[in-house]
Amino acid sequence: MDVRMMLATARRVLSQLRHDRRSIALILVVPALLLTAVYFLYENETLPPGMPRTFDRVGLMMLAIFPFVVMFLVTSITMLRERTSGTLERLLTTPVHKADLLFGYGVAFSLMAALQSMVATAVAYWVFGLDIAGAPGYVVLIAVINAILGVALGLFCSAFARTEFQAVQFMPVVVVPQILLCGLFVARDRMNGFLEAISNVLPLTFSVDALQEIAAHAEATARLWQDAGVMAAISLGVLVLAALTLRRRTA
Amino acid sequence: MSHSVLPMTVNRGGDVAVAAAALTVRLGRQPVLHALDFALPAGQITGLLGPSGSGKTTLMRTIVGAQRISAGTLTVLGRPAGTPSLRREVGYVTQSPSVYPDLTVEANVRYFGAMHQKGKADVAEAIAAVGLGPVGRRKAADLSGGQLNRVSLACALVAHPRLLVLDEPTVGLDPVLRADLWDRFRAMAKAGTTLLVSSHVMEEASRCDTLLLLREGRLLAQLTPAELSECGHSSNLEQAFLSIIREQEASDGGSPPKEAVTGSGDSGVTGQHRSVR
Repeated sequence: MDVRMMLATARRVLSQLRHDRRSIALILVVPALLLTAVYFLYENETLPPGMPRTFDRVGLMMLAIFPFVVMFLVTSITMLRERTSGTLERLLTTPVHKADLLFGYGVAFSLMAALQSMVATAVAYWVFGLDIAGAPGYVVLIAVINAILGVALGLFCSAFARTEFQAVQFMPVVVVPQILLCGLFVARDRMNGFLEAISNVLPLTFSVDALQEIAAHAEATARLWQDAGVMAAISLGVLVLAALTLRRRTA
Repeated sequence: MSHSVLPMTVNRGGDVAVAAAALTVRLGRQPVLHALDFALPAGQITGLLGPSGSGKTTLMRTIVGAQRISAGTLTVLGRPAGTPSLRREVGYVTQSPSVYPDLTVEANVRYFGAMHQKGKADVAEAIAAVGLGPVGRRKAADLSGGQLNRVSLACALVAHPRLLVLDEPTVGLDPVLRADLWDRFRAMAKAGTTLLVSSHVMEEASRCDTLLLLREGRLLAQLTPAELSECGHSSNLEQAFLSIIREQEASDGGSPPKEAVTGSGDSGVTGQHRSVR
């Protein structure tokens, strides 16, 4: 592990992204637009007194899901390009450590994710008056950890795709089940036992749980940190798996 | 062994940068390199010649440590191929330019330089060396194919490798640039760099100090350009190479030879002669 090589990699990934203004715009603007859609979707709901708005629940969860989905896609395509263009093989003939590469990717895309979630969170708070007990900083923190998780899964899944077309197909496999089972559509304790058991081990579940903690408590709770810790551990584990898919020597 | 006898001469008494002994490589179960024995003299340009599909790229990937060896040994700069410390000293330029098209020329070279702790001066020098100074701030994607090849080369030059492995570096270059690059390679060799350059342009063979002739994963011969024209009975190296291949095909009845290289079993090379069936 060499910090300079890691930072050089992060810088390189970011400047690649910098030349792609359209992608940057999509990354930053689309979540805010979708939040707007969700807001107006529930605009006319009639609530019993004391019941929180659906937007406060769904909008909040979406703040965590966006960076996960976007970074998964962006990373798996970027890494696949790196594998197919020969730059990865070339890099692996240099002294660079695999961890420098992977963490370089992680740092670069987490920065993008932080920006993205700051924009989306700001819109949710200031434009649509998102009403939760906890501070917005915690929401951004969970969003960034989610982004890192997306990066890690994207790096890992890119090893199993030969083409960009295949890489995109991993989204329904890896991402959609997590969104379905994370508690966004049906509260997890109301799922049948089998689905709940799956839900219990999916990483996105922990981030939704963490967000619910933030929504319910003004201060950070032990459970929030526990959820964040579990997600960080899972991300790290997936990054290690991703490192195993980087082969310096082919058989 | 009664038919053609090709010399396997190499550097007479010089240092050896890369030595292979019975080097065998299989891709999957398919043998691609068959028990190669050769030595690359240090500080010289060795040309790797052969028809496409003869195993040139596989051999190069094996030398840079990207391909696992199935049998035999391959020693690079005194260490087994693939040793981590070699990554600091071996440069590799793949056949298709492996650079980031969405980065500028400078950013590409700077990034690969950063992997070797090289700074601004080295980056500028490498870009100037391949004649891309005027387009340094252009995106690689906007360059021509030949320019892109040179970006890829600059990304290797920036590390100042002791051994530089180049897979068809002059493809798509105009004659002037090609001559420039070969002058550059010659200057690097004079400064002590060992170069292995693959090509299927036979006129480039004359620019090399020694040649490895590869065919169907077997080493036909290792010789100097002069010896090639002598053995192939032609001053035209392409003709000479063709006649050596034809001679060999005739001698083994058209089927691939069972064992191309015979001779002394040791991997020492100084002044040794080997015969080819």
